[in-house]
Amino acid sequence: MTSSIQVLTAEQAAHASDDRVLTLDNSADAHGVALEGVQCIALHFPKFTDGRAYSQAFVLRRRGFQGELRATGDVLVDQLLQMQRSGFSSAVLRADQDAALAARVLAQFNGFYQGDAVQRAPAFQVA
Amino acid sequence: MYQYTDFDRQFVQARAAQYRDQLTRHLNGQLGGDEFRPLRLQNGWYVQRYAPMLRVAVPYGELNSAQLRVLARVAREYDTPSPELLRQAQTTQDQIAHGQVPTASATPADSDSGNAETRPHPAMRSQLKTNLGHFTTRQNVQFNWIPLEKSADVMELLASVNLHGIQTSGNCIRNITSDERAGIAVDEDVDPRPYAEVMRQWSTLHPEFAYLPRKFKIAITGAREDRAAIEWHDVGLRVLRNEAGEVGFKVYVGGGMGRTPTVATLIRPFVPWNQILNYLEAIVRVYNAWGRRDNLYKARIKILVKAEGQRYFDEVEAEYQRILADGAHHTIPQAELDRVAACFVMPERSTCSNTEAEARIARILKAAAEDDVEFARWIERNVAAHKHPELRAVTLSFKRLGYAPGDASADQLDAAAELADKYSAGEARVTHDQNLLLPWVACDQLPELWRDARRLGLARPNIGLLTDMIACPGGDYCALANARSLPIAQAITERFQDLDELFDLGEIDLHISGCINSCGHHHSGHIGVLGVDKDGQEWYQVTLGGSDGSDLSGPTRAGKVVGPSFAAAEVVDVVEAVLDTYQTLRNPGENFIDTLHRAGADLFKQAANNVRHVTRQPQRGESHGSGVQHTVDA
Repeated sequence: MTSSIQVLTAEQAAHASDDRVLTLDNSADAHGVALEGVQCIALHFPKFTDGRAYSQAFVLRRRGFQGELRATGDVLVDQLLQMQRSGFSSAVLRADQDAALAARVLAQFNGFYQGDAVQRAPAFQVA
Repeated sequence: MYQYTDFDRQFVQARAAQYRDQLTRHLNGQLGGDEFRPLRLQNGWYVQRYAPMLRVAVPYGELNSAQLRVLARVAREYDTPSPELLRQAQTTQDQIAHGQVPTASATPADSDSGNAETRPHPAMRSQLKTNLGHFTTRQNVQFNWIPLEKSADVMELLASVNLHGIQTSGNCIRNITSDERAGIAVDEDVDPRPYAEVMRQWSTLHPEFAYLPRKFKIAITGAREDRAAIEWHDVGLRVLRNEAGEVGFKVYVGGGMGRTPTVATLIRPFVPWNQILNYLEAIVRVYNAWGRRDNLYKARIKILVKAEGQRYFDEVEAEYQRILADGAHHTIPQAELDRVAACFVMPERSTCSNTEAEARIARILKAAAEDDVEFARWIERNVAAHKHPELRAVTLSFKRLGYAPGDASADQLDAAAELADKYSAGEARVTHDQNLLLPWVACDQLPELWRDARRLGLARPNIGLLTDMIACPGGDYCALANARSLPIAQAITERFQDLDELFDLGEIDLHISGCINSCGHHHSGHIGVLGVDKDGQEWYQVTLGGSDGSDLSGPTRAGKVVGPSFAAAEVVDVVEAVLDTYQTLRNPGENFIDTLHRAGADLFKQAANNVRHVTRQPQRGESHGSGVQHTVDA
């Protein structure tokens, strides 16, 4: 799994898209989605305060999905860290967002308490 | 208390630095108000009626004296509005007190234009105060006047003593609350604090659960009496031992107040202690996926549990099994529990021998009773038994005339820190009832502590009595309130100053909320007062018979409405009429709530409705309270 979430512009995302991108609705149950042959799954944030896609991403990674998990919709730079930890590997930032901030906001903590989609074990298991 | 490790300390400091970056970008115009809003909320910063409000997290209510001193500094150095802002705010509050609809640009209330019927009781005037900390029902501490520009400075100051505002607001897992007597209660099966701390760490900045449908509150107790109102929470936890002596959790889900008061449902009678994080993960993950996001008023987990019932329970169970099958990553190792639990051993106290202390207290009581009955009353009301026979839990009363319930000045916060150092191994606890508790007081130090507390005005012997009321900040500070709570609290406190009368009335839970969000827990009050708004005027609904689930109050339940809303000027009379009825109907030694249940609510309602003078005639053919305007908290 990539160590850092890849920030895409809308153009890059459009270019990178092909037939094998599966777009998952927020109400879809991530446990039931067929993953065979899927290389990229796009999960949607209708509003950045709607957190359903975080759980969808986590469940898809738990199921062993190794491909690209892409955050789309109302994607803001200040939520990139949560997205990365929940299993997203790429994010298409909202047009007004400053991609140059990404590196900084992703590096603000040295570690976290709980496990997540990337670092499965919580701090108390690692220590 | 939990001892912060280097990792814990750096984490809190990193959070403060992250917040400064966010605030700076916001003030520079690089981060818009809508985008900044959930970021500041999850650091405890609301924007209120006149100024931002900061809610500082106090995990399960425990504070050390160094933290109290920093809270005092925040109150003294930062909780200060500009003179213009304070003047404008006071003018607006005066207009409200005169029954006027305040305008955006407040001008002095130059004439007595409030009509005669809504002219306020003289006590209904608001007196806005600054440089105060405020203890909340969720054991946190709030400040009302700190300018947003200084918010990052305050977060850094707080971080210097491991304090922060993480997840004290926003649609995330909030600060976890507990029994104020956790670890010291005589009726406790298991000390909940180590588990509360492990849960605090697990829930802190959980990446998946930062944008839930709504806020999510967890309360935990390990005692036979529920002093944490766990069934009023999104998740209520009772840690206990099963018949085999194993520790685990009885788990309730879907409780909450607000416009749909709901008592939580038992979802699992026993989750082994080391699986509790895995189980909570299942509960919250299914809620995150299934909870309603189309309607703010239906977004709490209580609505989901009501709507889906067994189907939700089944899905939680299925998700829990998936988590276990996946490796159960958040299984708590014994070594981790031991590490955390080691922080909660009883502090070294120079204790006296119990019999010696009893004898000494008896002597003092005998002497004191002749010229000062107050000490005996203080022992009766403010001092509680302790797991350790030579120690006592002492509550400092922050319910006194001239202060809003739970308000503490900077000097009083400093003084409380002194008392904690001198008498309680440097520890104090914020209580659900908005007081401070000293958990480690040696019984032979009670007379000295009483004298010190009395000098500070914190020895009012009213714990559990009528004037030990719960009240939210209400319409004096809160942008969501429909009506003011504090002048009502003040008026009731003034009316019931006589200690003989208070003791005669006995234990009564009086809870006051300024709006249906129910921060003042009116639903669980034996007497509940709810502020409602109609045509820009303040009205108050009164309920009777609510319960927080304590032994005194009985099974958790919401109170029932007495009738149409009352005018502000009637509320104190209503309370008095209800209490007069109790005094008439009670059997010898019978508590208010027991009399109410035995005799039924009808006579109490009648008495309450008989005091109407402003609202005797329903105005314009409407009954008050039918058009209650609901708002929702941020």
